[in-house]
Amino acid sequence: MPTLPQFLSQAFNGIALGSLLALIASGLSIILGTLGVLNFAHGAMFMLGAYAGFVVLSHFDSFALALALGALMLLLVGFATERGLIRFYYRRPPEDQILVTFGLGIMMVEAVRYIFGPLSQRVPLPSWGQGIVDFGFFLYPLYRVEVIGFVAVLLLGFYILLYRTRIGLVVRAGIEDPLMVELLGTHVRRMFLVVFCMGSMAAGIAGVVYAPLAAVIPNMGESFLVQCFVVVVIGGLGSFPGAVVGGIIVGEILSVTTLFDPAYAQAAIYAVMTLVLIVRPRGLFGTMGRL
Amino acid sequence: MSRTPSDRNSKSAIGKTAVSRRTLMQAGLGVTAAGLLLRETALPAFAANYPALGTFPAGTSGSSIFIGGVMPLTGPYSSSGKDMQLGFELAVDHLNNGSRVTDAIPTLKKGKGVLGQKIQSQVADSETKPDVAIQAATRFIHDNNAIMLTGGISSAVSIAMQKLGQREHVIYMVGNSGSNDTTGKDCQRYGFRAQPSAYMAAKALAPVLAKELGKNLKAAYLVPDYTYGHSVYDSMKEFTEQVGWKTVGEQLAPLGTTDFSSYLLNIANSGADVFLNVAFGADAVTSTKQAQQFGILSKMKYVVPNISQFQAKELGADIMGGTYGTQAWWWTEEDKFPLAKFFVEDFEKKNSYKPRWGASEIYIQMLVWADAVERAGTFYPVEVIKALESGHKVNSIYGEVYYRAGDHQMVRPVPVVVGKKPNEMKGPEDFYRIVDLVPGEQVLPPLGQTGCKMPDIGA
Repeated sequence: MPTLPQFLSQAFNGIALGSLLALIASGLSIILGTLGVLNFAHGAMFMLGAYAGFVVLSHFDSFALALALGALMLLLVGFATERGLIRFYYRRPPEDQILVTFGLGIMMVEAVRYIFGPLSQRVPLPSWGQGIVDFGFFLYPLYRVEVIGFVAVLLLGFYILLYRTRIGLVVRAGIEDPLMVELLGTHVRRMFLVVFCMGSMAAGIAGVVYAPLAAVIPNMGESFLVQCFVVVVIGGLGSFPGAVVGGIIVGEILSVTTLFDPAYAQAAIYAVMTLVLIVRPRGLFGTMGRL
Repeated sequence: MSRTPSDRNSKSAIGKTAVSRRTLMQAGLGVTAAGLLLRETALPAFAANYPALGTFPAGTSGSSIFIGGVMPLTGPYSSSGKDMQLGFELAVDHLNNGSRVTDAIPTLKKGKGVLGQKIQSQVADSETKPDVAIQAATRFIHDNNAIMLTGGISSAVSIAMQKLGQREHVIYMVGNSGSNDTTGKDCQRYGFRAQPSAYMAAKALAPVLAKELGKNLKAAYLVPDYTYGHSVYDSMKEFTEQVGWKTVGEQLAPLGTTDFSSYLLNIANSGADVFLNVAFGADAVTSTKQAQQFGILSKMKYVVPNISQFQAKELGADIMGGTYGTQAWWWTEEDKFPLAKFFVEDFEKKNSYKPRWGASEIYIQMLVWADAVERAGTFYPVEVIKALESGHKVNSIYGEVYYRAGDHQMVRPVPVVVGKKPNEMKGPEDFYRIVDLVPGEQVLPPLGQTGCKMPDIGA
């Protein structure tokens, strides 16, 4: 039986893990909700953000610059992808959309592998992120604590964008009923572009933030992509609050399960996802009939 | 019974045109005796004497032979896979065109391929997944008539490919595989493994750990949840507990995990003195990086029972300095074995870095296989397997090596290494010091303990 300190440390870790998942998943969720497109290249975009961070940090010492350039690069990638590829697939059946984004993801991974090689790249921790915080009964890396704070700020910004600005209103209306929005005279296609870029940027920023924590290799985004789909299903397709809450839930499950049987931690999230699909198929915050 | 005209006709027809039974039997005996005699004294070039088996003789009747390599070019083990591919290509080049290494092996001095036939080769991506590897290997067998298969880094892949080789009667020289099961409960007649098993590595490493780190320490493990991980954990547990160590934690993580924070947090809270990391490839790099961030590396000793090929390069000597572990081979062995020196030089000239044990393991197996084929005088799998099982010693880049017939484990030295700190390094790739080069005979598991029951050769 795990002790209280062990439990609390894993609970905290769950929030750290979950907040990152929430950021990536919210991008995926709004793309899915607005465009109706399942973006299988989302994990690759996360990876591109990490590599962008690596390239910037190997020449400059500024983490802020890495974030800015990473976000900018993913903005451009999102723009190019939507204009050049995705917009031809809005009227196509979902299988075609899945195939094209899946293929795009593979191309991105292989392009990065071709340029950088298969060895993992090292991204150093920023100087203000080194060290360990002593919570009394457990130690935790300082950088991960800072990541929780940073992601919280980003998610807050996302929230303000979606719920307190005009463009956010249009995006949310587009999630509810794109046809109606178009009939009311709003240029829906331009909104789709904005949403896709926002989603890509969210994934890219998450990538830059995560790069010092893991091995930066071409297929680092794969496991995140799968976990994000679980988050989106649990939270509700197309729901931003659902992505946040779902992310925290998945993060907590992954962490706390390891106290009991580490081998089942990864399997446990699928068990919970199945439970949600049986009990409440639309997800915790999803709306009936949407997608 | 009355005879009809047709009866009479057929009976007389039989009597006139048919050969009598006695003559038939005499002729048959004569042919069989001649055949047996011929087979016993068969000249090596007579492939027609051996029955068809697997891809023989379909794969050898042309001007060249085909060898298929299935390696992880993507997936968590991709860095090692690239190294293995380059070693494979160098071996093919040396066998086809001669080299200083093959010149030193009597059967391979000709340098014109194997049994006069040049080797054509191809490498397919296993993606570090057994099912993908099997598909690629099956294509090599059916489309290219591959006479031999090699490659594989994940033990799950290697064990699956061994089973395929046994089923299809095609010899499989295991690329890398550390699991005990490969020459244990999953041993196959058509598979041969060169890398030291987890048992051998643990038996070689434990005394060094006892001497350098101490006895009666508490140990926590991070283990990838598949055959290789379990093997290394079981063997390390067995041998470290013999020197008084106590195992206080085993954290199982799936192969390909990117975030080990939950597992590492449990290890940090376990009160252990030593952290043993069994993760491999990209997982080893990620988990070590994260372990450092959680402060584990500063408060516990760090041991990696089987060090990945590029672990020190990817993590840096500041992290890996002072870490004890084993590797199947490290390039500084060239100081002891002259053939290794030639291998390192030729490899470095072609690829601009010092080869790692992904390359060396596949290289040595290619040469040992070619030597066995030359000694057997044929590609017929049964004869090649017998030649490999004969215990004949080949002088190679690892010194003298041979395969043990009972489980097809190569008997070869096991290097125990320690990472060098940055100020100890004499060159950009001088990452490890070889603490001990343990002779293979000293650390082999007793045959009865391996659990290996060699299947039939199926001829």
